[in-house]
Amino acid sequence: MSVLVDDSTRVVVQGITGDEGRFHAEGMAEYGTNVVSGAVPGRGGQEVAGVPVYDTVSRAAHEHDADAAVVFVPPAFAADALFEALDSPVDLVVAVTEGVPVQDMSLVYEALARTDTDLVGPNSPGVITPGEAKLGILPGEVFEAGSVGLVSRSGTLTYQIVDTLTERGLGQSTAIGIGGDPIVGTDFVDAFELFEADPDTEAVVVCGEIGGEAEEEAAEVIAGGMDTPVVGFIAGRTAPPGERMGHAGAIVGEAGTGTAESKIRALSETGVPVGETPAEVAEHVADLL
Amino acid sequence: MKLHEYQAKEVFAEAGLPVPASELAATVEEAVAAGERIGLPVAVKAQVRVGGRGKAGGIELADTPEELREVGECVLGSELKGLHVDRVLVEDAVEFTNELYVGVTMDREAGEPVAMVSSEGGVNIEAVAAETPEAIAREHVIPSFGLHPYQARRAVSEAGVDDAVADDVADTLRTLYRVWDDNDGSDAEINPLMMTEDDAVVAADAVLNVDDDALFRHPGLREYAESTAGSDLGRKAEEYDFDYVRLEGNVGVVGNGAGLVMTTLDLVDHLGGEPANFLDVGGGAKAERVRNALDMVFSDENVDSVVFNVFGGITRGDEVARGIDTALEEFDPLPDPVVVRLAGTRAAEGREILNTDRVEVEATLEAAVERAVELAGARADGGRESSTDATTPERGGDRR
Repeated sequence: MSVLVDDSTRVVVQGITGDEGRFHAEGMAEYGTNVVSGAVPGRGGQEVAGVPVYDTVSRAAHEHDADAAVVFVPPAFAADALFEALDSPVDLVVAVTEGVPVQDMSLVYEALARTDTDLVGPNSPGVITPGEAKLGILPGEVFEAGSVGLVSRSGTLTYQIVDTLTERGLGQSTAIGIGGDPIVGTDFVDAFELFEADPDTEAVVVCGEIGGEAEEEAAEVIAGGMDTPVVGFIAGRTAPPGERMGHAGAIVGEAGTGTAESKIRALSETGVPVGETPAEVAEHVADLL
Repeated sequence: MKLHEYQAKEVFAEAGLPVPASELAATVEEAVAAGERIGLPVAVKAQVRVGGRGKAGGIELADTPEELREVGECVLGSELKGLHVDRVLVEDAVEFTNELYVGVTMDREAGEPVAMVSSEGGVNIEAVAAETPEAIAREHVIPSFGLHPYQARRAVSEAGVDDAVADDVADTLRTLYRVWDDNDGSDAEINPLMMTEDDAVVAADAVLNVDDDALFRHPGLREYAESTAGSDLGRKAEEYDFDYVRLEGNVGVVGNGAGLVMTTLDLVDHLGGEPANFLDVGGGAKAERVRNALDMVFSDENVDSVVFNVFGGITRGDEVARGIDTALEEFDPLPDPVVVRLAGTRAAEGREILNTDRVEVEATLEAAVERAVELAGARADGGRESSTDATTPERGGDRR
């Protein structure tokens, strides 16, 4: 078992005719994902990465019974692509695009509330259920099937932590990269709900970073009663206030909001062990299993 | 991107917000001439983007031409919280009876904008928010509708704003919301919004921070961006298009991916070192990007060693290694020792390829950071031991 994606997931790739879209459509298919079609306005009728392209997401999904979309559309057009995906038959949208304007995402977030569709991202490295399917740009090689669920705001940091887990023989059920932007669809709390309901996820690693209050909200959910044990990691302990540390969302407020310290404290107070290094995270997970 | 006060005021004025008469001046003569045109008294305000300028001596009043000259000489060319003041805004000094606050920002947890009013302006609004949150009236905004007029009226009423200016403050908030919305603002603030004796309101300060990711659709604002970098390193980072933040330490850090770079910084700290910077080269790690990244850290005279941490994902480790080798050819000799840590897809092949005559190579994150910290410590200490002049500041010591 797993969450969000598995070997039955059927995927439309939005933006499949771009370099990124084509490259990763092929990468996803090589990993074993059922990439069934592509959607790009004005490019219907072409074939890219071995699948037919349609002008609209609805058509691309309908013709091939797709239930998920992965978005590689450039930032200036990403919001429209997300509105289109949310208004199509797919149940899951994974937005890889980095650099979507925050005010655009605020409008998408409003539309999201009116649908049952799950949105992961934007600025997400993707979602992977090792050995079954990956939606996004995650390097499949470092993952291994197992029972650790992982949810993270970062890309390469996720690979780092997964690599450390895999090396210790701790495979993963599903890894969800929720994205490093200020406004994202699926958050830690949503991911916890999914993992909590998955019988095969025996522990969850939550990989947070400075900025916002998502980790604090996650801690509240844990405190409110979560059966699956959680291990934490927070990046950005040395970040100065007021500076954007790469991710649009990774910024400590001038008034000291969104600090690593506050997040580590919130998690620790609920009894969640927080590793200071990726190796310590793996150590804590090994202790739990 | 944070606009300067004078830039924000240009945008505000164009939108019809009430800003005082002002002129930008780069020399004392210009400041004095501006003061004459505007009419004394004036406020002389350092154009540096730091909070708490007033307390730090960056805002001074002048009642006479002599005072204006004195104040201009004092503020122009000074350092304010580490930033050089090369321009001042000379502005009509407003007599006020009360100071208010209006602001618009994005509530990221709610995914919605929030418009705010407080009758306790003129002070650090974050402090007000922390100590007396009820003193700030907040209205969450449905993004597709925008701020309704009734919401502006309600916020003004809840904040206890004087009836005499209630309508003007509500109008100001609505206009400010429009400015924030039209310019892809992340924050827009007027603090203080001054209430004058004749019951008018005036925007004595102006804050407008714009979403970097939306600058592509604001060519006018992009022109402002060209003059915002505060330092040579900052300008270089802009030129190379890097996410770069300079810090206080001496261990240079380069990596791919924001979370991984932050983690590397934290590990430097954890293992007893001090990071000199945050630098994310992004995906791919192509030779040119790597060269530019190394050029950035080598240009920082604080740096004593460099840790280059790459997790090869989609970009394979062997490609990354070739990029690093090519980039290294441009630096001979290397100004600072470099420790490379390469992990992920085809990392073992990559480590084989790396030219170990030029760089040290480690397989784990911990080992690489530990080695870089060790090298930095040895070089900082070495500098101290060889220093024969006791009055020379210690290179390592003065940063601790």
